[in-house]
Amino acid sequence: MALLELSNISKHFGAIHAVNDVSLSLQAGEVTGLMGDNGAGKSTLVKMIAGNFRPSHGTMRMAGAELILHRPVDARRHGIEIVHQDLALCDNLTAAANVFLGRELRIGFGPFGILDYAAMYKRAGQIFAELKSETRPRDLVKQMSGGQRQAVAIARTMLSQARIVLMDEPTAAISVRQVAEVLNLIRHLRDQGLAVILISHRMPDVFSVADRVIVMRRGRKVADKRIAESSPEEVTGLITGAIEQA
Amino acid sequence: MATTIDQTIAQKQHSWLTSITNSQTFWVVIAVILACVFLSFATESFATSKNLYNITRNFTFVAIIALGMTLVIITGGIDLSVGSVLCLCSMVLAVTMNAGYGIEIGILAALGTAIVVGLFNGILIAYLGFPPFVVTLGMLSVARSLAMVASNNTVVFQFGPDHDLLLALGGGAWLWGIANPVLYMIALALLTGFVLRWTRFGRHVFAIGGNEHAARLTGVPVRPIKVAVYVISALTAGIAGIVQTGWLGAVTTNIGAGMELQVIAAAVIGGANLAGGIGTAFGALVGAALIEVIRNSLGLLGINAFWQGTFIGGAIILAVLFDRIRNIRQSE
Repeated sequence: MALLELSNISKHFGAIHAVNDVSLSLQAGEVTGLMGDNGAGKSTLVKMIAGNFRPSHGTMRMAGAELILHRPVDARRHGIEIVHQDLALCDNLTAAANVFLGRELRIGFGPFGILDYAAMYKRAGQIFAELKSETRPRDLVKQMSGGQRQAVAIARTMLSQARIVLMDEPTAAISVRQVAEVLNLIRHLRDQGLAVILISHRMPDVFSVADRVIVMRRGRKVADKRIAESSPEEVTGLITGAIEQA
Repeated sequence: MATTIDQTIAQKQHSWLTSITNSQTFWVVIAVILACVFLSFATESFATSKNLYNITRNFTFVAIIALGMTLVIITGGIDLSVGSVLCLCSMVLAVTMNAGYGIEIGILAALGTAIVVGLFNGILIAYLGFPPFVVTLGMLSVARSLAMVASNNTVVFQFGPDHDLLLALGGGAWLWGIANPVLYMIALALLTGFVLRWTRFGRHVFAIGGNEHAARLTGVPVRPIKVAVYVISALTAGIAGIVQTGWLGAVTTNIGAGMELQVIAAAVIGGANLAGGIGTAFGALVGAALIEVIRNSLGLLGINAFWQGTFIGGAIILAVLFDRIRNIRQSE
C-alpha cells in the first residue's frame, strides 16, 4: 500500500488554478523528485501535504486512512516533516536549540519544567552522528557552512517518527562540495525507510538521488515515471512544454 | 584518533575565557569598576556609604524596567511607553490609596493597569501587525495623558490608611541595610535571568528575535509570546512605579518623563541588540549601573548637569560602536 496517496487534488485561489486534478502516491523508502518551472504548482502541492493549505477538491490518504490537515502541526503529528527552502533556522541559537525549536525537552512537570540542556545536546549529537555530519550541537548556527545548516534542518525531521520528509530546494544555495553532503543526507533518510519528496530545479541532483520523478506544468502533472526510464532531456522537455505528456 | 560522540557533543566553539571577553557585558562591568575606582580617588564624596546607598537605589528603577525592556528588545521590538506607563501606574496607585483604599487594592489596581496597557501594546503589535515603535510611541502620549486625567494634574502625597506602609515599601531597608528597591531589583533580575536561560518561554523569546519566520514555521507560538513580553515590560514599569512612589512619597504627572531613553540605553549598553536575538538580565543591571555612575560622577566632579544627556547618549553610541567593530571583525 502507498504511504501517502493523493487523489484528484486541486487548489484554486479565486480564478487561479494553482494545482489542477493531481493524483500521485508516495512509497516508503523512495525518493521522489518533484520538478517544474516557477509557478508550475510544486510549492502549492507541497504546502497542501504540509498542512499550510487545504485542497479545494480531492482527497489525501495516509496508509489507507483519510488525511485532513488543518494546520502544519497536524501534518507534523502524522509524521510529515518539512525542510523549508530557507531552512527556518535561528542564527543566534545553537545547533541543538534549533533542532529542538518548538519541541524543547524539559525536566519537571507541566508549565514549570526547565529546559533539559544535557538531553538535548546528547540527542542532537546522536542525530548528527547518524547523519554522518560534522555539525556540533553547541555551535551557533550563525557560524556554520551551508551543508552544516542543512544538516541542522534535516536533523529536525529525525526527532520524531517522521514518515514523509518534504525538502524544498535543499541544494539551491550551497557550494558543490556541500551538495554532495546534502544528497548523502537524503539517501540516508531513504535508507531508513522514509518517503522523501525532493523539490529541485537542479537536474543532476534529482537524477543522482531520486528513484522517481514527477513533473508539473501549469498546475497539472505531466509525467510520473522511474528515473531509470527517463532522461534529463525528456524532463527538460516536459518542464518547458516541448514534450506535452510522458 | 577518532573522536567519540561524547567529545563532539561536549565540544564548544569558544573557551570559557574567550566567551567572557567577547561579551559586551564583561567590558561594561570593567568600565563600571574602573569608573568607581577612579571616582573614589578623584573625589572625597564618592566612596562614602551615603553616596553608594544613593547610587544603588537610584539606578534600580531604571534597571527594573530595563529587565522588561531587555525581553522586548530580544524579540526584536521596542517599548517607548515605559516612562509614561510608570507615571500612569504610580498615579493609579496614588489616587486609589488617596481615596481611602488599602495598599493591596492600590497595588492590584496599578499592576492591573500595567497589564491592560501591555495587552493593548502587545495585541496591536502581535496580532494586527503594527510596528512596535508606532504603538508604543502612541502609548507614551496616551498613558501620561491618562495619568493627568486620573489626578487632575495635581500632586498626590496623601496615601490614605496605608500611607506609612507604602513609604516603607519603597523607602525602607528591610534586610541588612540594603535599600528595598535594590532587593526587588535583584529578585526580579534573578527571575528574568532564570526565565531566559531555563524556560521554554525564554528560548522562544530568543528564537523570535533571531528569526521570527523560522520560529513560526517550527511551531513556536509567536503571537502570544510577543504579547507576553509587552505585558512583562509594562509590568516592570508598573512595579518600578509603585516602588518609586513609596520612595518619593509623592507622585506628580511628570515622573518617569524621558525615562524610556535611559531604560533603552541601559539595555543596549548592557549588550542587548536592537536587531533582536541577543540580551541578558545581568547586562540590563550593569548597563543601568553604568548610566547612574556616569550621572553621579558628573555631579561629584562639578561638571554642569546640562552635560548629562551628552554623556549618556555618548555611552549608547559607544556601546553600539563596540558591537559594530566586533561584527566587522567577525565577518572578516
